[in-house]
Amino acid sequence: MIEARGLTKIYQLGASNSRSLRDAVTGFLSRKNSSRETLIALDDVSFTISEGESVGIIGRNGAGKSTLLKILSRITPPTRGTASIAGRVGSLLEVGTGFHNELTGRENIYLNGAILGMRRSEIDARFDEIVAFSELEKFLDTPVKHYSSGMYMRLAFSVAAHLEPEVLIVDEVLAVGDLAFQKKSLGKMKDLGESGRTVLFVSHDMNSISRLCARAIWLRDGKIAVDSSAVETVAAYLHEQTLTGAERVWDDARSAPGNDVARIASLRVVNKKGETTPSPDIRESIGIEMVFDALASDKVLIPNLHFFDERGTCIFISHDWNSGWRERPRPAGRHKATAWIPGNFLAEGTISVTAAVSTYKPLMVHFIATDAVSFTVVDSLEGDSARGDYAGLLPGIVRPMLEWTNE
Amino acid sequence: MAATDITRITPSGSRLRLGAGEIWRQRELLYFLTLRDIKIRYKQTLIGVAWAVLQPVLTTVIFTLIFSGWARFDTNDIAYPLFAMTGLTLWLFVQNAVSMASNSFVNNTNLVTKVYFPRLIVPLAATLAALFDLIFSIAVLAVLMIYYSAIPSPQILLVPVFMIFAFVLAAAVGTLLSALNVRFRDVKFAVPFFLQVWMIASPVFYPASMISEKWRLIFAINPMVGILEGFRSAIFNKPFDWPLIGVSVISLLLIAAVAVVIFRSMEDDFADVI
Repeated sequence: MIEARGLTKIYQLGASNSRSLRDAVTGFLSRKNSSRETLIALDDVSFTISEGESVGIIGRNGAGKSTLLKILSRITPPTRGTASIAGRVGSLLEVGTGFHNELTGRENIYLNGAILGMRRSEIDARFDEIVAFSELEKFLDTPVKHYSSGMYMRLAFSVAAHLEPEVLIVDEVLAVGDLAFQKKSLGKMKDLGESGRTVLFVSHDMNSISRLCARAIWLRDGKIAVDSSAVETVAAYLHEQTLTGAERVWDDARSAPGNDVARIASLRVVNKKGETTPSPDIRESIGIEMVFDALASDKVLIPNLHFFDERGTCIFISHDWNSGWRERPRPAGRHKATAWIPGNFLAEGTISVTAAVSTYKPLMVHFIATDAVSFTVVDSLEGDSARGDYAGLLPGIVRPMLEWTNE
Repeated sequence: MAATDITRITPSGSRLRLGAGEIWRQRELLYFLTLRDIKIRYKQTLIGVAWAVLQPVLTTVIFTLIFSGWARFDTNDIAYPLFAMTGLTLWLFVQNAVSMASNSFVNNTNLVTKVYFPRLIVPLAATLAALFDLIFSIAVLAVLMIYYSAIPSPQILLVPVFMIFAFVLAAAVGTLLSALNVRFRDVKFAVPFFLQVWMIASPVFYPASMISEKWRLIFAINPMVGILEGFRSAIFNKPFDWPLIGVSVISLLLIAAVAVVIFRSMEDDFADVI
């Protein structure tokens, strides 16, 4: 059973993250604490999960899902509120935590098992099962640095899958390995849920949430938006997602951002074929298609797009510089401008797009549609993206495929 | 399935306790992390474990060349190479343990951000792993003792006591620095310098008797002083300087207590600031 009462997590931004002693000293001396920015990652979240229930947690990036799991896993304490969990807790926020490249598959099974909270006797008892599940019998005594990324993830997941706690907390770790292995992993998760364990499961994959969980909680901006059956919660979530998804159309001219010079009509994320694409492949070019109405005919109108990552960092800004409309006024009427982001440029993750139309001489912004659409760049593990054969965390806001030369 | 364990999650408060019980329950994790640290220590090196022998041997040779040549110390009839080697046996252990432990969290970031376990286990495993090198130092020391026909007396049975003190000291200082390193990466740069100063301030290559009598007890606030002097007395069958050792042990316990309190007050935020 999991019982959460008013869980709140507030992160101090800026000063508290200072990593150098000098910053801490000067920060202390100047007493800038009052101007410190805070981020409320989780805001007064309460729920009760009964024994044997499987509950999915959904929500956009930054909605507080990971923070909730981290608090329940005791990795970080809540700022306010309490929670109690009855039963032995196993939490999987990542597979392969503590894996060391220099150690063999066998050594890593024991190390990772111990890190996940398994006793040595339990690992001994399940060792053969773990190895059989991973299908890596022949490579057990090979250091994992010689494994392919697929093999590495398979071994890591196999250890995790044999963790048998009474309460299991799982973050999106199923999306590893090839399709066949994913299916197998999902089956294992389903077994766990059906064997009377309490499972708390975060995923972006609405299909697996509906398949694995009877109930789902939707977190939005750190608060519970919907807590209901998985089917209902997923439906409510998807409904909102389509509103702020890859396409946005302003049907009603009066509510559309704009002034008496220009007004936005629609914004879409498209692929080369012109189809709306919420989750473009990292290797393909991505088009942002802006349709707007020019309401006057004597202004030079420059459409511009602003791209932000999940943390709100501006990745880049682009404006129409080469279409010829830079010098001459646009006639009144509907215009369609599309900006193409090359493939193998953006990193994985959700990117939100702010669209605007401006005039530069003199500077004037006619409208700005903030966070109007978003899309999620996905990097498959097929080996021909900049990721190569590496399957782990790859930070950075861009992921270009650079030319490497060797001599 | 009777759910007997209840995990209570509360905002961080003052938890001024060692948490030894929890560490004991997770002793297998401590064991596997120590084993890992030992296994990877000499991976991808050309001569591997030979470093564990070379480090004390070469340092002893250098000290002998410098200090038995022109700067002679009164080592109380102990051959200088043997004298230096006894000091280095414990000192190199403390030095290696502290430098490994102080970087232990920074080198295990994902352990901290992805799993819960008693955080003390990480610097403790690094300290335990450093014991591996100590075994080789002791072997070198034993060979030197045979070479110089230094015959031990029953007093040598007290040697483990001073080794335990050295371990507690290394664990305490390493733990404290590992916690500070999570927040302030300055620690990484300060540690090598700090260790250098600490060695000079400890009777590793010189005897404590070099310090004038009236300052000696103040000198012993550095726990390494009492530990090294006691260690040598036990090995070479010399009388123990109990006041000196007493001051060092009290100072050692204070340092350990301060380290635990500071560590405990910082560990809750590790995942957020690392």
